[in-house]
Formats: sequence, C-alpha cells, structure tokens
Amino acid sequence: MDAITRLQSRTWPAEGAARVPFWVYSDQNVYDCEQERIFSGPNWSYVALEAEIPNPFDFIRANIGDKPVVVTRDGNGSVNVFANHCAHRGVVFCRHARGNTKRFICPYHQWTYDSTGMLVGVPFRRGYRGKGGMDPAFKLQEHGAEALKVAVRHGVIFASFDFSVPPLEDFLGPKMLSYFDRLFDGRELEVLGYMRQRIPCNWKFMFENIKDPYHATILHVFLITFGLFRLDQRSAVEMDETGRHAALLSRRGEQVLNEATLEMENFRQNLKLNDPRLIEPAREFPGDATVVMQTIFPNVIIQQQSNTLAMRQLVTRGPRAFDLNWTFFGFKSDTPDLRQRRIRQANLMGPAGLVSVDDSEVLALSQEGAEVYPDTDSVLEMGGRSTADTDHMITEAGVRAFYKHYIHVMGFDHVG
Amino acid sequence: MLDETKPQAPASPTVSLQELHFEIERLNSEYAHILDNERYEEFPELFVEDCLYRVVPHENHLLGLPIAVIHCESRGMIKDRVYAARESTMAEPRTLRHFISNVRILDVVDDAIRADANVLMVQTMINRMTEIVLSGFYLDRIVRVNGRFLFKERLCIYDSLLLPTSLIAPV
Repeated sequence: MDAITRLQSRTWPAEGAARVPFWVYSDQNVYDCEQERIFSGPNWSYVALEAEIPNPFDFIRANIGDKPVVVTRDGNGSVNVFANHCAHRGVVFCRHARGNTKRFICPYHQWTYDSTGMLVGVPFRRGYRGKGGMDPAFKLQEHGAEALKVAVRHGVIFASFDFSVPPLEDFLGPKMLSYFDRLFDGRELEVLGYMRQRIPCNWKFMFENIKDPYHATILHVFLITFGLFRLDQRSAVEMDETGRHAALLSRRGEQVLNEATLEMENFRQNLKLNDPRLIEPAREFPGDATVVMQTIFPNVIIQQQSNTLAMRQLVTRGPRAFDLNWTFFGFKSDTPDLRQRRIRQANLMGPAGLVSVDDSEVLALSQEGAEVYPDTDSVLEMGGRSTADTDHMITEAGVRAFYKHYIHVMGFDHVG
Repeated sequence: MLDETKPQAPASPTVSLQELHFEIERLNSEYAHILDNERYEEFPELFVEDCLYRVVPHENHLLGLPIAVIHCESRGMIKDRVYAARESTMAEPRTLRHFISNVRILDVVDDAIRADANVLMVQTMINRMTEIVLSGFYLDRIVRVNGRFLFKERLCIYDSLLLPTSLIAPV
C-alpha cells in the first residue's frame, strides 16, 4: 500500500480550512505524500540566487523538500539544476556546499557529470582487455543526473522536478509577482551571508507562521514595542488565486500608548534602545509598506523587514523537523551606509534574531503539542472562515487560504 | 603566530607573558561565568565602549561575508542585546554553559593583545538531554584600561552551521 492509499483513511474535518487536524504535522504518510505531490509536484521551489553562482562552472547545493540538488552555471552561462543523486548507485555525488568545477565525479565508481548534469564518463565502460564493461548499447546521454526544469527571474532561481509546472509568472499570479518584483526589480544582488538552524517542527508550521499576522502583533515584544509590525498600523494580508502564496504588509508605527497598544500585554513603553542604530531604517522601496513578508509555496519565505532582506529556504527533514536556511542579501548598488544597516538589522532575524527567536521557540512548542494530540484539530477562525484578502492583521485568512490549497493538492477533499 | 616559549614584548614593562596569559584566562573565565549565571547586566562591562562583538557562522567568515547572527557595534548595542535576551524574547527556559579553552596569545603591541580560544556551549532544558548548541573559536582584541583587561573586539566564529532551534543569549 503506498503513502497515498494509506492517506485515504484520514478524513479532513468538515469545517474545511477553518480546522487543521494535528496529524498533518507528524504523520509519515502525509509527509511522504507531500514530498511527492508538493515538493516533487508541479510547483516552483526556490533553490538559489544567481549572485551565488556568478561565474561559469560555479555551483551551489540546495534542497527541494528532502531531495538534494545541485545548481550550476554552465560554460555557456546558463543555469542548470539537477538531482544530487548518481544515476548509477544513488550516491550524493556533489559533496561540497559550493565551488567551481567543470566535472562532478562520483566518489564511488567515478561516474562523471558535466556542469549541466550530463553523464560524460564511466570508468572501464569498454571493459579491460576485452573483458567486462558496459553493454555497447549503453548510452551516456540516457543516464545523466535527473535534470529539473529551471526558471530565473531577476536573479532568483527556482526549479521543479515536474516539467508540467506552469511558467513561474503564472505560478505566482499577478499580485504575488508584483510583490516579488517590488523587491527583485532587476538590480544586481549581493549575497551578504548565511544563517542556518534546525527547528524540531513540521515545515508547515513555519510556513503558516509567516501567513499569520495575528501572532506577530502579540508574540513579538521587540516588533510591537518599536512599532516595526503592529496592528494599529495600516496593514494587509494578500493571497494569490489559489491561496498557496501570501504577502503580509505593514507600516512602521510609533512607540506610543494608544487604544491598540494598551491591549498588548507585551507592549513595553519604557523599553528604550541604548544604540537605536539597531533598528533605524532607511526608506528604499516604492509604496508606504515598510514590511513585506512573502511566502512562496512550497519552500521559501521572502523577507523584507525595514532594510533586512533575506530568502528563508525550508528544507524538510522528516515530518518532525526542518532546516531553515537564511540567505541575506542586498544590492550591488547599495551605499556603504545602507549595506551597514542591513548588517545591523539582521540582528532581528535568524536563529539568534531578536524577533525570530520567538518564532523558532514557539514552533518547537507547537510540534511538541501537535504530535501527541494527532486526533484533535487546530481552530482557525480569527477573522471568520474567509480565505479572502484583508486590510487588517487580526485574521488567520492567510493560513486558511494555504490549507484550502493544501486540502485540494493532497486530495483530502476527495476522501472521507 | 606567536611561540610563547620565546620572550615577547610584554603588554607593559611590569606584566610578563605568563601573567598576561593568566589575565586572559581569567577574563575568559569571568566572561563564561557571567553568561552562564545570566548576569547579563554585567556582560557589557567586559567590553570597552567603542567595541565590536559578533557571533559569526564559519561559512560567512571563510567566504568573507559580513552577516553575523549577533552583531554589536558598540557597548550600547551589546546592552540592548542582553536586555532583549532577558526581557523581550520568548524562549524556553534553559541553562547554558560555556567551555572556553586553548587560549593562545597571538601578538602583543603596547597594551593591545590579539588572542584566540576555543569555545563550546551546551544547553540543558527540561525533558531533554543536554545538547551542544555550538562549537567554535574566539578571535579577540583585548586592551588594558585602568589596569583591567577588556574586549575591544570579540568574534565568536562557530563551526556548527546548523544551530539547534535558536541561540537565545550571547556566546
């Protein structure tokens, strides 16, 4: 019985996306099905930035779901993505995180791939002194590393195992594409550095977290207090047509007591920074939003909080853990002052982030509670049961929209 | 790199290299003790006002990339960091313990000392085995101010690229 068949015994609650059964966060069959239908399905997964492989024969490793891939720039300057999985014995043949090479040589039997993933060499293919070797009918070109479909937009590289995936622009939809292009406007990117953490929780909890502005207005003392993200500011939650992608928008507010901040137990009027340079923003993007957090299904969160910009890539590690790989970047054209602001404001983010720590800690606690109560349901009714865009933050519409799509993709609307 | 068996210019005419080594060991022990006991208000006092304190993934260090998981450009920023660690961050309670060893003095120019050391930090939480948070090394610039040794610059470069869940306090 395969994972999908075993899933048939699972029934989604009748309330639909207003409920999430906790078994979705720990069931191995659900996880296996997600790998197949979502991560290896007709979706675009973020893999790398072009700025990470600027020169011919540069490469960098990435993951789509739990599958390792290699992202390369070949001799013609084109970007390729192929499975890091030797066609012979399955070895993860590219063992370096990044580098520059014309040949990838599998350590086991030295099957050799070029920078496009084509198999170009098999030792003793013709045998030795007339004995052994491969059948003369064996064709190298039929045994390359599995190639993925690639899309590059304004310096950002996406890939898909499923060649039936629609064009990236259609996959994002016009609204999400406009937020993507707001940040990636064609200027050349500069990678500023990496942060990595392993969080013991299901990947969906992370994705939901960035679609849930309700928590951000409550949990994050630092954001709330310094007005970096607060419900008394003009804000919005917007989705694409399917509900799988979302953007959270907010504007900076003042550190003052008002009707809204009075209700926030975590608002600290007296918290003052000794060195306010930590959060001093410089305006740099069109429009009045100072924060746009975009979730691109299924594996990346694009962060623009003030001047700190990052791709947060999710790598699944079984149903109970995922790695969050942060790639911080700026633009080649940044002034030294703006570049320094990005470096300072990165203090808010990542595994030690003054804001992000709250999330990673609470996500681990979510998993702890979810996996021991698999047969109970999470209630998602803040802001009603709608999955439409909102112009405020007291809503879980973004999370419901995600589950509306998830239920459909996973086939839970056909069972029970 | 400095061979400590050979005589070097001392930090001041009155301090020998052995004494200097002892002072740096003592500074590191004090540093670990303050953090392990959450005496965070004392932590910034181990730095001079105009200082640099960063906790950096090894890959960024090797690639020459500027991003750090903790980046403080002044004693004030360090104060904000430790205050936030205590007051504004929601984190599971835990005990942290720093093990600082293999201190080496790299060079000494007047009252400025370059040194390094290894560091291991472990955490203990309820319902969990004690676990390693990170393993790495410090690169330090230490100065003597009014007879007291303080950090002008401390970089903590950690090998463990994947941090377990989060890093809730300075290292």
